[in-house]
Amino acid sequence: MSGVVLLSACGGGGDDGSGAEGAADGGTYSIALYSDPENPLVPGNTTESEGAQVVRSLWTGLVEYSTDGAVEYTGVAESIESDDNTTWTVTLNDGWTFHDGTPVTAQSFVDAWNYTAYSPNAQGGSYFFANIAGYDELQAPTDDAGTITGDPAAQEMSGLQVVDDRTFTVTLSSPFAQFPVTVGYSAFYPLPESFFADPEAAGRQPVGNGPMQATEEFVPGQGFTVTRYDEYGGDQPAQAQSVEFRVYTDINTAYTDVQAGNLDVAPDLPPDAITSVEAEFGERYLEAPSSGFTYLGYPTYDERFSDPRVRQALSMAVDRQAIADAIFAGSREPADAFIAPVVDGYREGACQYCQLDVDRANQLLDEAGFDRSQPLELWFNAGAGHDAWVEAVGNQLRENVGVDYSLRGELDFAQYLPLLDEQGVTGPYRLAWSMDYPSPQNYLEPLYSTAALPPAGSNTTFYTNPEFDALIQQGNGAASNEEAIALYQQAEDLLLEDMPIIPMFFDVEQAVHAETVGDVVIDVFGDIDVAAVTVT
Amino acid sequence: MGRYIARRLLLTIPVLIGASFLIFAMVYALPGDPIRALGGERPLSPAVIAQLREEFNLDDPLVVQYVKYVGDLLQGDLGTDFRGREVSDTIVQRLPVTVRLTAVAILIEAVIGVAAGVLAGIRRNGFLDNLVLVSSTLVVSVPILVLAFVAQFVLGLQFGLFPIAGVQEGWYSYLLPGLVLASGSLAYVARLTRTSVAENLRADHVRTARAKGLLPRTVITRHTLRNSLIPVVTFVGADIGTLMGGAIVTETVFNLPGIGRAVFDAVAAQEGAVVVGIVTLMVFFFVFFNLVVDVLYAVLDPRIRYD
Repeated sequence: MSGVVLLSACGGGGDDGSGAEGAADGGTYSIALYSDPENPLVPGNTTESEGAQVVRSLWTGLVEYSTDGAVEYTGVAESIESDDNTTWTVTLNDGWTFHDGTPVTAQSFVDAWNYTAYSPNAQGGSYFFANIAGYDELQAPTDDAGTITGDPAAQEMSGLQVVDDRTFTVTLSSPFAQFPVTVGYSAFYPLPESFFADPEAAGRQPVGNGPMQATEEFVPGQGFTVTRYDEYGGDQPAQAQSVEFRVYTDINTAYTDVQAGNLDVAPDLPPDAITSVEAEFGERYLEAPSSGFTYLGYPTYDERFSDPRVRQALSMAVDRQAIADAIFAGSREPADAFIAPVVDGYREGACQYCQLDVDRANQLLDEAGFDRSQPLELWFNAGAGHDAWVEAVGNQLRENVGVDYSLRGELDFAQYLPLLDEQGVTGPYRLAWSMDYPSPQNYLEPLYSTAALPPAGSNTTFYTNPEFDALIQQGNGAASNEEAIALYQQAEDLLLEDMPIIPMFFDVEQAVHAETVGDVVIDVFGDIDVAAVTVT
Repeated sequence: MGRYIARRLLLTIPVLIGASFLIFAMVYALPGDPIRALGGERPLSPAVIAQLREEFNLDDPLVVQYVKYVGDLLQGDLGTDFRGREVSDTIVQRLPVTVRLTAVAILIEAVIGVAAGVLAGIRRNGFLDNLVLVSSTLVVSVPILVLAFVAQFVLGLQFGLFPIAGVQEGWYSYLLPGLVLASGSLAYVARLTRTSVAENLRADHVRTARAKGLLPRTVITRHTLRNSLIPVVTFVGADIGTLMGGAIVTETVFNLPGIGRAVFDAVAAQEGAVVVGIVTLMVFFFVFFNLVVDVLYAVLDPRIRYD
C-alpha cells in the first residue's frame, strides 16, 4: 500500500469552477501543528509559528500580503494614508464583523493595540507598538535591576485617536513610510469588546474576524476544530466547512500520518524525508521560499573579529552550497544577501563575500594579521539540530584557511540567548531571523542598528555604524516605497562591506498533503493559507 | 489495618513535601533565563520581561519562591505556566490520557504476562517455555523507542491495524502504545510468574494437594497461583507508578497528549510550576500504589497482618 503514488490532478476541486459548489458544504480536513500554540490564543501574545498558524486563520488584519510580499488592501482597511509618514489615517471597510456578530470598528483596533502595548498585560508583541507616540507611557517603570517600581503613566497611547466608527489616526514618534506594510502582522489584529471582559476565556476560544471561527475551546496537546465563518467580511471566504488543527509533538509521526491517510496537511517535513518526499508525494509536495534566514554572527566587540577583512575572509572561506547539499539535501538555499528573497528589495547575488574564494580569503587574513594558531570557537544552542552544519562550517574553515575550530554547542536556548546579550560568546555564533512583515527594513533595523543593541533589541553582534543608522532613518521617512527600498539597499551595501555576520542560508518552506485536499498554498509567513484549501 | 493505612497516608505528607522541594530546587538550579528564551531571537520589551519575572517570583531566592508556591498550593492554586495557562488545567486535561494509557498497559502486562508465565511454568523446558524465554529476552533487550517506531511502522502503517497517532479513536488508540509501553514489564512479569509457578509446583502443599487427587486445574489455580502471584502483584503494583512516569517516549511517538509529554516540554522550557506540580503528582501516585500493594499483600498472604 505504501509507496503507491497517485498523481491526482486535484480531482477538479482545485479549479475555479468548483468554488460555488464547494461553498455549499466544503468538507473538512486536518492540519498538523508541531507544538501547542501559545495559550491564550491572543494575537498580541502570539509571536511563534504554531500559534501564528492558528491565529492567522481566525483573524484578518488591516492589510494582507500576496505571495511575493506585496501589500494588498483585501483586509479590513480601505486605505492607510499619510502626508508626512508620521500621522496615518486608517479608513476601514464596511461590513466586517467579529465571530460574535459585533462590528469591527476603529475602536476595536485602538483598544487591541493599547491592550497589547500596556506592559502589565505582559504581551509578547508589545514592542511592535514602540514607534507609536505615547508608547513609553504604557511601560511600567523599572529600576536598574529590572524590578518594576510602579504603574505605567497611562493606559492608552496618545498616538491613537478614534475619529469615527470607520476611521482612526495613528501618530508615530518618527516618520515610517513602511507603516502600512507592518499592520498585516498578527500583533496588529483587532479585538472584540467581549475580549476585554474575559481575556482568559477569549484566549481558550478566540473571537476573531477571520474566515474561520473557533466554535470550541483549544485543548492543549490535542488542538481543536474551527469552522467556516459565514458572515466573513472579506472577498475570499474559507473553502472548507471546517478544519481540524491537530497537535503533534513528533514531526515524524505527523509525516507518517499523512502517508497513512489520517492527516491531510503537514507543514514542514522531518529532515530524513527530504530525499524521498518528491518520489513519494509528487505534486502533493510543495516548496516555497521562506522568510527564514540563518546566519553566523560575529562578536564584533571581540578584538579578533573587529577587522572587517577578517569577517569578509571567513565568510568567503565557506562553501554554502556544499553544506546545503550535504546536510540539508537542498532544503536550504545558500544566502547571497542580507535581505531574504521573499521581500521586495532583495537583490540576487548582492553579497560578494558570500561566494567561495579561498585565495582571496587567505590573502585577506594575511593582510589583517589574523592569528591562525588559535582555534575558532563556533557557538550554537544545544539540542536543536545545529550540530552538523556548524561542524561542516568548521571543517571548511580548517581546510580552506587552515584555522582549527572547536564546537561550543553545550548551552540550551535559555542560556544561549542571555550569553549573546551579555557579549559572552568568543567566536561566530548561530542565529536565525524570520520576518514579522515583508519589508527590507525588518531584516536590517532590528539586527544591526544602534537602537537595537541588547537588551532593547536583537543586535547581538553589537555592530554599530552611524551611517547605517542614518540610512535606515532616511528609508523609514522616505516619500515612496521605491525610495525607501533604495535607501534600505544602500544600508545593506554598508553591511555587505562590513560583514557583521556570515550570511548562511535562506530557508525553504515545505509541506505535503493528502489526495483529499487541493489548493494548498504556503503564504509569505510560511504558514498554510487555511482558508484557501479545498476538500476534494 | 485501618491504623496502618492511616499511618502510611500520614507518612506521604513529608515525602511529598521533600520531593516537591527537591524538584523545585532542581528546576531553580537549571542555568539560563527562561523568560529571555520566551522571546527567542526577538527580545521581549524590558517592561514586559520585568512584569513576567515579577508574576512568577523569579527574582526571589529559592526558599522564598518555594514558600510562595506552597502557600498558593495550600489554597488549591497550582500556579500558571509562563504562557498564562493554569497548571491545574493542564493536569486535568492531560492526566486522563496517561491514566488510560497506563491502565491499558497494566492490563496487557498483567493478563498476557501472567498467562504466559503460568503456561511456561507448568511446562518447564517445553516449547512454550522456550518461546516465552526467547521472546521476553528479545523484548527486554530492545530499547522502547525502537520498539515504538517498529510497531508504529509495521502494525500501524504497513498493515493498517492500529491508528498511528493521536487519541481520535478512543480506547482503540491506546492499544498499540499500551502494548509498547507494557512490553518491557510484560516480559518481566512473564518470567517472574514462570519462576514463581515452577517453584511453587514443587512445594509441599502442592504435592499434598496432588496426592489428595485434586484436579490439576484446581491445584494450579487454588494452591499454586495464589502464592505465586505475591511477587507478581508487588511488581505490577509498583509498576503502575513507574509506567505513568515513564510514558514520555510512548506518548511522544504516538502523539498522545498525556502528562509525560507535558512534563518533558515543561523541563525544556524551565517551567518550574508545571514540573513541580506534575512530578509531585507522580510521586503521590507512586506512594499510593505502593500502599495499595502492601495492603493487597495481606489479602494474598494470610501470614501477613498489619495491626
